[in-house]
Amino acid sequence: MSSLNFINPFGVRDDPGTVVGDFYTDNFERNARPGTVILNLGPQHPSTHGVLRVLAEMDGEYVVRAEPVLGYLHRMHEKMAEVKTPWQFIPNTGRVDYLHPISWNWAYAGAVEQLAGLTVPPRAEYLRVISCELNRISSHLLWWGAFVMDLGGVTPILYAFEERETINDILQIITGSRLTMSYFRFGGVSSDIDARFIKLTKDFIPYLRERLKMYTGLVTDNVILRRRVEGVGPMSVDLCQRYGATGPILRAAGLARDTRRDIPYGVYPKLEFPIPTGPSDDCFGRYMMRLKEIETSLTIIEQALAQLPSGPYMMEKAPKATFKLPKGETYFAVEGARGQVGVHIVSDGGKSPYRIKLRAPGFSNLSLFAEAAKGTLLADALAILGSLDLVIPEVDR
Amino acid sequence: MDLSLLSFVQIIVAVLLIIGLMVGNAVVMVYVERKVAGFIQRRPGPYEVGPIGTVQPICDSMKLLGKQLFVPANIDWILFFLAPVLAFFPVLLLFLPIPFGPYLTGLGVGDGILLILAFAGFGVLSNILAGWSSNNKYGLLGAARAVSQSVAYEIPMIMALLAVVFMSGSLNLSEIVAQQGSWPWQWNIVVQPLAFFIYLVSLVGETNRAPFDLPEAESELTAGFHTEYSGMGFALFFLSEYANMLLVSFVCATFFLGGYKGPFLDGFWWTFAKAYAVMFFIVWIRWTFPRVRFDQLLNINWKWLLPLSIINLWLTAIIMKIIS
Repeated sequence: MSSLNFINPFGVRDDPGTVVGDFYTDNFERNARPGTVILNLGPQHPSTHGVLRVLAEMDGEYVVRAEPVLGYLHRMHEKMAEVKTPWQFIPNTGRVDYLHPISWNWAYAGAVEQLAGLTVPPRAEYLRVISCELNRISSHLLWWGAFVMDLGGVTPILYAFEERETINDILQIITGSRLTMSYFRFGGVSSDIDARFIKLTKDFIPYLRERLKMYTGLVTDNVILRRRVEGVGPMSVDLCQRYGATGPILRAAGLARDTRRDIPYGVYPKLEFPIPTGPSDDCFGRYMMRLKEIETSLTIIEQALAQLPSGPYMMEKAPKATFKLPKGETYFAVEGARGQVGVHIVSDGGKSPYRIKLRAPGFSNLSLFAEAAKGTLLADALAILGSLDLVIPEVDR
Repeated sequence: MDLSLLSFVQIIVAVLLIIGLMVGNAVVMVYVERKVAGFIQRRPGPYEVGPIGTVQPICDSMKLLGKQLFVPANIDWILFFLAPVLAFFPVLLLFLPIPFGPYLTGLGVGDGILLILAFAGFGVLSNILAGWSSNNKYGLLGAARAVSQSVAYEIPMIMALLAVVFMSGSLNLSEIVAQQGSWPWQWNIVVQPLAFFIYLVSLVGETNRAPFDLPEAESELTAGFHTEYSGMGFALFFLSEYANMLLVSFVCATFFLGGYKGPFLDGFWWTFAKAYAVMFFIVWIRWTFPRVRFDQLLNINWKWLLPLSIINLWLTAIIMKIIS
């Protein structure tokens, strides 16, 4: 029993022997330089978007090193895929990445179709493209708002949400839900689009183009924002490739890699769209990259709506709920909002796949953070973290 | 100044009125800020409680009063509870020399602006104490930021005010207002536009409001120096933040915008109208701009505002010399 401390009568006495942090903090602290402070950001922190935890060693305002700690939202989707039948697992795919669920729908349905040799009718392929691109826009819009919020501007996210709501309204017509959509089925999609869907989408495209112009004036050209993002957190092509980063990060660095073009799937070969490469490999490049991708997606939707053939939206003799995967192994990748979304299935011909691996782009992209954040200011480190467009459920799976 | 009974009573009454003003201002500003934020962000803002949500601030303050006081472990007990009080009390004195109307001054101090600038430095002291004592690394970082920011932004602020003082030849706020005319082109803002601009920027930096809200940068330090405060501790910081905003707005109105003088009907309503116009400006830019980075914040001050304010002071001095 220690004597009463006048300065600190009710607090716990500092004992050099006691463990202050947890396992990670202690390990991290062991390599700390003298005179630095270990700052624990998250799992509950306003700018770690969900439950990411970052341990940072701070020298004043500078981050000496930073390390993400994962696993706070690990939901064992891969294990669940091994105990569920392929049909039962479809709703799970929509929950892996709640911002771009349709890409995960597609990756899983595509892998199963590839393994089972199912052919999707052309109309369904176009519906897949339209829904996936609409969803990509909504994901990028939310990222845009959240990124500017990380930089301290709280207003743009509410503007972004307005468009996102419109997209949700549109997607609700065909998918039935607004967040964790499971629209795809093996051999097609769950429902056809109607005249209302087409009208709303056609109205939305010019509307969003106008809004993007407004965003450029309101936010992108703002001098404070420019100074906050330009030259911050450069990630060269070499760095991206070493860590396996894909998607807008890699394209912003200057390498035109896009799964839609490199490993064509669906009807993307029939559509004409550019693969923009970003202006620079810093946060500003990634920012501009995503805004450009919104425009690309709008072009794709326009073309897909124009080319939309009539016909069934589901293949004949589509697999039933008791459907079993044939023996074999396959990998299928699609381009998600954050990069290459891949599903690797190994099946032994049983009721459910023997093993499944979900390749989350967010996980690879997050790996860059430790290297990019080294030696930056705390505010810059958080800007870099925001520019990676992380969705923690997808990172942890 | 003789400390007769009358002047003593006058100070007591003035302080009581100022407390009323501070609390009333906080109540009004909480509502106005949330409504303006709602307007800027295209959402309704508070509208549930009372007609168009006007009773919302009362409910908020009741909530803060009724909250359980959370006290983190290992804090510096005395400083932790001293800090919010220290944030609140100096502000009372700051309002004393401000001439709200021709005959409405709390205390006719001869060197009024000196009193204000001297006591304005107390604000940052409470921030340091709060950040240091709450045994929180975010708080510590916020406190460190608060110190360097306040020290930095006080200098161009004083320089800008000094340029006006040069012109009027008096540190007395009533005298400064008396020398300005009734019409907008007779105000100091016309002859001292650069000083006004410098003051306007450092005013935002001094009150720790966005885009210069580094000490409490939400997305970086959760809430900075007041991270660990809840209930009334937080409410006092909140109150003093709005009171500080009001004070710098009043000083701005007095120095640059003609104080209580207007095209017609001179009176305290002009002071209040001008001060609240400045307040609205502060709220407006808060909800429009992203936050600057810390090194940029200091660069703006040391590389731009300070040299500009010195040049402005020199120019004012030279022109004054030539004219007289």
